[in-house]
Amino acid sequence: MQTLLQQIVNGLVVGSVYAVVALGYTMVYGILGLINFAHGEVLMVGALVALSAITFFQSVLPDLHPIAYFVMGLLVAMPVCMAVGYTIERTAYRRLRNAPRLAPLITAIGVSFLLQTLAMIIWGRNYHSFPQLIQTAPIEIVAGVFMTPVQMTTVGVSAAMMIGLVILVTRTNMGRAMRATAENHRVASLMGVDTNRIIALTFIIGSALAAVAGVMIASNYGVAHYSMGFLPGLKAFTAAVLGGIGNLAGAMVGGIVLGLVEAIGAGYIETWTGGWLNSSYQDIFAFLILGIVLIFRPTGLLGERVADRA
Amino acid sequence: MPHTNPASPILQLRGAQVAYGQIQAVKGVDLDLFAGELVSLIGANGAGKTTTLNAIAGTLQLSGGSMSYGGDSIAGLPAHKRLRAGIALVPEGRGIFTRLTVEENLRMGAYTRKDKAEIEADMQRVYELLPRVKERLQQVAGTLSGGEQQMVAIGRALLSRPKLLLLDEPSMGLAPLIVEKIFEVIHTVMKQGVTVLLVEQNANLALGYSNRAYVMDGGKITISGSGQELLHDPKVREAYLGEIA
Repeated sequence: MQTLLQQIVNGLVVGSVYAVVALGYTMVYGILGLINFAHGEVLMVGALVALSAITFFQSVLPDLHPIAYFVMGLLVAMPVCMAVGYTIERTAYRRLRNAPRLAPLITAIGVSFLLQTLAMIIWGRNYHSFPQLIQTAPIEIVAGVFMTPVQMTTVGVSAAMMIGLVILVTRTNMGRAMRATAENHRVASLMGVDTNRIIALTFIIGSALAAVAGVMIASNYGVAHYSMGFLPGLKAFTAAVLGGIGNLAGAMVGGIVLGLVEAIGAGYIETWTGGWLNSSYQDIFAFLILGIVLIFRPTGLLGERVADRA
Repeated sequence: MPHTNPASPILQLRGAQVAYGQIQAVKGVDLDLFAGELVSLIGANGAGKTTTLNAIAGTLQLSGGSMSYGGDSIAGLPAHKRLRAGIALVPEGRGIFTRLTVEENLRMGAYTRKDKAEIEADMQRVYELLPRVKERLQQVAGTLSGGEQQMVAIGRALLSRPKLLLLDEPSMGLAPLIVEKIFEVIHTVMKQGVTVLLVEQNANLALGYSNRAYVMDGGKITISGSGQELLHDPKVREAYLGEIA
């Protein structure tokens, strides 16, 4: 029972990060029908930029509170990622808006390689240890169930980002314009909406979310490196498909569910397989789910549209 | 009741051409709209009426000829900037945002406006003009009937405070009783000072409400005159009003 509760807590932490990243996939899909496979790399850029910023501030402004460095890292990583997201849309995707569906997909993969290679040139091939600015000593929250402050921060910040995004999309003029553009670009432009601007904003917002997720992942695992975006990106994509791609609530539900399945699976896989597989095989669950959803319920848990375009 | 205005037209097309790739859909159209008029553009399917309207709204661009609005050339201006200049289009098939509520659809019409109090006042005016819409405000627009959707589409366009309202086949797929109501609404809008350009298949009804009309065929204007003249023109009656001469 304690194992189950502990894995549920772990699952919520991982799941909340997946959810934040999945929102970026689903927003772009909703508005362009495009799966932005470079989204995971934006997360990586966020983590590495934050690392450099934190290292820099620690050397020029020593003796600050660790949380201050953490916040500074986020505040530098977010605008950098927003600029990266905007540049990707403007240079790689905009001119392919009306191209056959395979072209933007291949371009997305190309952008992904490009960002990884650039990061490798800038930050090198080595794993960098990411400063543990938030406490990592576990705290017992219920009998036998532990959570570290960095995990709590992750869940809290992720929840805040999700609430903020939902308010933005459902309650503001800009959010309404985003939903209108997602449904019909042409009619939205007839309402005076500059749809190119709305699409760019969608990439910018998604990239800001990815930056935060990247810093959270690096803080949780204590490492950052040029290829760290690949797996979380793929898992968040799975979460978006699981929830129903194009659907914001779906991305959040999908992220949490995926995190839970993965954590619970990792906690029990050894028992289930009689020691044949251990928790390092936890990635099996994410892709098992992706396969099952695509075969039996391609519209996802909450989605009404089929992911018919790459 | 030809409503001639000696002043310069608010919209003027000269030799306007629109092409889809190699296919020319509009082959040199001259058209004038004067402030306060209700003008209809009638003609058979494929005559180029919708294309002309889209070119005026800016979702298509001219491939030749000129277009001026309020005396200035608007060729090349994208659709979202033309709306800000006062040109609103109610597109063919209504173009409702089906996943947004009726109220959100209406507020999209006021997207470019910042005058909050005036927007609320205009919302009230739309409710008065279209009482059916008010009853459905919180409903998702995709669940509305065709007639109700057309009302929402017109209300939404009015919320941008257009000087020139373009309507593309507002009667399409609607029951005769509802069509009558929609034409009354259009007429009221015109009376309130909005210039209206109406594309219609239902030529009989459109001509009855129009000050002037143009008949389009094969991408060109073939006949023009007052609504009453065209209604009694034997050629128009034969070709577009379903009568055998």
